[in-house]
Amino acid sequence: MMAALRTPRGLATALILLVLAILPLLTQAFDQRYLLSIGTRIVIWSIAAVSLNMILGYGGLVSFGHAVFFGIGGYAVGILSAHGVSSGWIQWPVALLAATAWAILIGALSLRTRGLYFIMITLAFAQLVYYVGGGLEAYGGDDGLNISRSRFPGVIDLRDKANFYWLCFALLCATLWFCSRYANSRFGLVIRGAKSNELRMTALGFPVFRYRLAAFTISGAFGGLAGILLANEGAYVSPAMMSWMKSGDLIVIVVLGGMGTLFGPLYGTIAFFVLEEALPPLLNLAHKGWGEYWMIVFGPLLVLIALYARGGIDSLLGRRHE
Amino acid sequence: MSERAVTEPLLRTELLVKRYGGLLATDNVSIDVRPGEIHALIGPNGAGKTTLVHQLTGVVAPDSGAIHFAGRDVTRLPTHARVRLGLGRSFQITSVLREFTALENVALAVQGHAGHSFRFLADARRDESLRGPARHLLDEVGLGDRAGTLAASLSHGEQRQLEIAMALAGDPRLLLLDEPMAGMGAEESQRLIAFLRALKQKRAMLLIEHDMDAVFQLADRITVLVYGRAIASGTPDEIRANADVRQAYLGEEAA
Repeated sequence: MMAALRTPRGLATALILLVLAILPLLTQAFDQRYLLSIGTRIVIWSIAAVSLNMILGYGGLVSFGHAVFFGIGGYAVGILSAHGVSSGWIQWPVALLAATAWAILIGALSLRTRGLYFIMITLAFAQLVYYVGGGLEAYGGDDGLNISRSRFPGVIDLRDKANFYWLCFALLCATLWFCSRYANSRFGLVIRGAKSNELRMTALGFPVFRYRLAAFTISGAFGGLAGILLANEGAYVSPAMMSWMKSGDLIVIVVLGGMGTLFGPLYGTIAFFVLEEALPPLLNLAHKGWGEYWMIVFGPLLVLIALYARGGIDSLLGRRHE
Repeated sequence: MSERAVTEPLLRTELLVKRYGGLLATDNVSIDVRPGEIHALIGPNGAGKTTLVHQLTGVVAPDSGAIHFAGRDVTRLPTHARVRLGLGRSFQITSVLREFTALENVALAVQGHAGHSFRFLADARRDESLRGPARHLLDEVGLGDRAGTLAASLSHGEQRQLEIAMALAGDPRLLLLDEPMAGMGAEESQRLIAFLRALKQKRAMLLIEHDMDAVFQLADRITVLVYGRAIASGTPDEIRANADVRQAYLGEEAA
């Protein structure tokens, strides 16, 4: 543990986790409440990115529809809330079950395909849900649905922003912990082996499809958890939270941070949000009005990472000793 | 002869047929492998060896005919189920997990035979029940001192050895070796031949090989495949003497 702190990666990760752990205290001390809201979203998106990394990074399965789990988790909470069920004890398990069930269904169908077909079919299923969400007139259609935060009476009051943040952070830590075990477990090695050489793994006696389906399901469940939190964060659900652009953002985040690394999705999410927030004002400083075109800088930056830092930000923090 | 006849074959195919359009890739092939023997399958390029291997391993299904392995009809069984019954294989084109070390490759092969892998929390990279047998297998094929090397960094010959170590995990009853000597130097080949000969005591092998030296040194029986058909089957001496084989296959080099 102490030895890990002596590497740049260990030090950077420890610092990030430390800052995240006390973020509500910092934002209060410096009176920057707005930053806590960004911090909350970073933490929630990190959970989603870690969950995508479980199949994309470790499994080599490019799912282009991961934001659908934002939608499923979010809408499960939203719809229950609209019907007066405000207890988190009911909302959250139902939302997790819905995300899990949906993951099993689309996994069972899409994992029979490979490569580009897999990308397209996961995208297609996500778009399907996106349009269904837009068609739910009773729940706001395209405009979405205002909800109130889930209630856990007597345990935690999520209307308190710091409380809600700490819950999200605790869940991120739990997700990271699980992923660290997952990656080096027998199951994780099967998933990583199948990424490296599927035919070989089959010839070694592994029914690869079943393992991938399980991985896809686990990934979807954690994605659903992120959806629950995202709905609570904004007290709002809408089809936009599961648009294909969000799915694309999640892939960019995982690639940017470092695929198949434990903390890569966390670095990627922070970098993504910081650039998204910081680039427009910086460009406006250089020339008024340029801020609007921040994507022109952001895009080439991603290309550079893809070309010169194949392992993403994680690889810039030094070599791995595994 | 009589002793052989009473031994139940480990692997037996019955009139296997596989067509690709108008091409008869496998034409009523019936072969068997008995316990403790090396049965070599030879034939010129395009003779249908690969198609036959694919059917034996479950990559493609035959159009008709049956495959029996270890006393069971496995004709419709998926690959992983056949592996579980004791069918180990190496690949014609080297197929290892390049991003994994030699030891991890074999440890995964051991894991493949150690029950299901729906275990999410324990660290498999420190699991001695996987690594112990894996180290032993690496020693057996002579790769003991390369355990920590990435498979991608091993020489071609070493990767072939690694393949065999992986095929040996789980103690298969039959080893299906698809051109194990391909791309090996003479010295490496000789070492592998000696290794396979010693191994024969413990398990049967179906050997697909182009290297005729290796085939005639190792095989107890040889089947010659030409245009999808088994034109001859017998001991190395019988095959050498067979006029059809000399004409169809050994022609250029043996005549």
